[in-house]
Amino acid sequence: MDLTELIDVAEAHRAKQKNIRIHCCTSTGCRAASALEVLKNLKTAVEDEALGENVEVVGVGCMGFCGRGPLVQIDPDDALYEEVKPEEAASIIGSLKGGTATALKGDVQHPFFARQVKIVRQHSGKVDPESIEDYIAAGGYRSLYKAIYELSPPEVVDEITRSGLRGRGGGGYPTGLKWATVAKMPGDQKYVICNGDEGDPGAFMDRSVLESDPHLVLEGMAIAGYAIGANHGFIYVRAEYPLAIQRLQKAIQQAKKYGLLGSQIFESPFDFKVDIRIGAGAFVCGEETALIQSIEGGRGNPRPRPPYPAQAGLWKCPTLINNVETFANISAIIREGADWYAGIGTEKSKGTKIFALTGKIRNNGLIEVPMGITLREIVEEMGGGVPDGEVKAVQTGGPSGGCIPASLLDTPVDYDSLVAIGSMMGSGGMVVMDQDTNMVEVAQFYMEFCRGETCGKCIPCRTGTVQLYALLTKLLKRQATQADLDKLEALCHMVQETSLCGLGMSAPNPILSTLRYFNQEYTELLQAPKYLNGKVAVE
Amino acid sequence: MQSPTTTKQSKAASAKEHPSGDRRFKTLDMTMKRYQYKPDALIEVLHKAQESFGYLEEDVLTYIARGLKLPLSKVYGTATFYHLFSLKPNGAHTCVVCLGTACYVKGSNKVAEELEKELGIKMGETTADGQISLMAARCIGACGIAPAVVFDGTVAGKQEPEMALTKVKEWEAE
Repeated sequence: MDLTELIDVAEAHRAKQKNIRIHCCTSTGCRAASALEVLKNLKTAVEDEALGENVEVVGVGCMGFCGRGPLVQIDPDDALYEEVKPEEAASIIGSLKGGTATALKGDVQHPFFARQVKIVRQHSGKVDPESIEDYIAAGGYRSLYKAIYELSPPEVVDEITRSGLRGRGGGGYPTGLKWATVAKMPGDQKYVICNGDEGDPGAFMDRSVLESDPHLVLEGMAIAGYAIGANHGFIYVRAEYPLAIQRLQKAIQQAKKYGLLGSQIFESPFDFKVDIRIGAGAFVCGEETALIQSIEGGRGNPRPRPPYPAQAGLWKCPTLINNVETFANISAIIREGADWYAGIGTEKSKGTKIFALTGKIRNNGLIEVPMGITLREIVEEMGGGVPDGEVKAVQTGGPSGGCIPASLLDTPVDYDSLVAIGSMMGSGGMVVMDQDTNMVEVAQFYMEFCRGETCGKCIPCRTGTVQLYALLTKLLKRQATQADLDKLEALCHMVQETSLCGLGMSAPNPILSTLRYFNQEYTELLQAPKYLNGKVAVE
Repeated sequence: MQSPTTTKQSKAASAKEHPSGDRRFKTLDMTMKRYQYKPDALIEVLHKAQESFGYLEEDVLTYIARGLKLPLSKVYGTATFYHLFSLKPNGAHTCVVCLGTACYVKGSNKVAEELEKELGIKMGETTADGQISLMAARCIGACGIAPAVVFDGTVAGKQEPEMALTKVKEWEAE
């Protein structure tokens, strides 16, 4: 395939598209609310009303407002229907002919939608994730062409560096620097790995990106391969995301058929193939060295760094590992240029970030916002606040992050500000908690998680998480003394400083941040235990 | 689960065939062949084995170890490391309760407790009659519709304890 052919495919497909497109979300969340039936009924209704000339019904990816699924949107009218029931589908089609739709109409001007800046999710909810033609018609794979024919590999790396993009997996390592390191490494065989092992409970943006726009990630990976000189990529996806795996498999096949992946892409000497590796349920595999072990077919045990994967990664070859969302940003940066991207966000955190806004909040779902927006704007304006209550804390960064109290809601959301207040950006989970949530129980919940997910290789993490959990349990049973509380804090620091990998190093964060901001809840538990028949009463 | 097919086919089959005559070993062998018997393919092969056998019995692990020329200890070590691989058979129905943060905040632990009470088993166990397995998931990424429960592979959102109980009772009545 060359550029003219790509443009031909795009134009031919655009010509085939009908004037009115009815988008129905078919992602995991909406599927659970019978979106597939809604889709079927919409299609039947179009046939029944004989509107097939002008109207087509398309199953699309996630539109973001997952708490109110299934969602149906009419393009170009921009009408949005929420919580559509299968029996309401016909009335939506009827509304095109002047009827009234009985389905609940959403407000597209609501800050939840209006405040979003969509770069990664630009096609999400608009293109059919199972059709490469849809993606090409939306301008897809043009960035890959541009990279190969208009830029040299160092220029691509330079473009990414100048854009200021930082790793979206949570650490925030500058992406351009990582690419440059791998590009400079000697050796003929290099690998690109896409980390789709989204393990943080409460985060689902990577699932959504993979389900809604798999080609965007593949294109980003191919550009990375070109830039660093790799010809083979792996995409590691959790087994818990069957739909994402299925759509990726389809996307890879389609791209191969069009010669957009495989050998001699766009008839250039550049080869790049992508294989999927399916995880088997281990949180630690989100850590890069553990992920590499897992791709190599072994237990997901991390190993000490250095050497970093950039120097010796998969099968000891230089390896580039980036998160799904990071790769999904690449195409836009190459298309629009580094300066455009660097103009969005804050000084040190560029671009946008997708957050999964969940928990005790009115508007549940995925939002893509520019860096630097405050937590208050996200939670109160976009999220609509807590139903019947007040925000007590916002948890970001999953088991590696911390709980931010309501008093700090004016903190801007960027990598450094969140670290400064004892939390972290993490992969993008944002769980809102209200007054009913007991913060010590939350800390215990996360420690239970880490205790179960530690790989057991290094002692501080293996034993430390068990001991921390035991101390928290003792506290919650009101059997702890001040000495236990002191021990809890000391042990947190010990585990943090001596663990081998990120899992252990960050496991105590939920405890430390709740100790810092909700200390009273801990000390209240220290009050004299209740006695019953001379024994400590255990609740 | 299908019962192992016996003698007749094994006569005709190649030397590769498993002595029990179970045809599923042949599928497993095809998977290993596709990966050129590379030890790196261990996890893919284990996935396939679990898919066709339902769980990983000792015989299967030994067969994989021989095929990929790996020590059995490595195969066993890998199979036990990952939560998804099961060395025991699962029930006819599986009920997976998501205990991720978003679900937890919205009360999924209550759903889990009620289910444990109803079935008389703990998370990760199977009822004595082999009908229902109860499992916990760390996060299935359906946080927007928390709390979520997966019944036999189908995700159900916004679950109240009663809703989950009704579904499980249906299975029990079967």
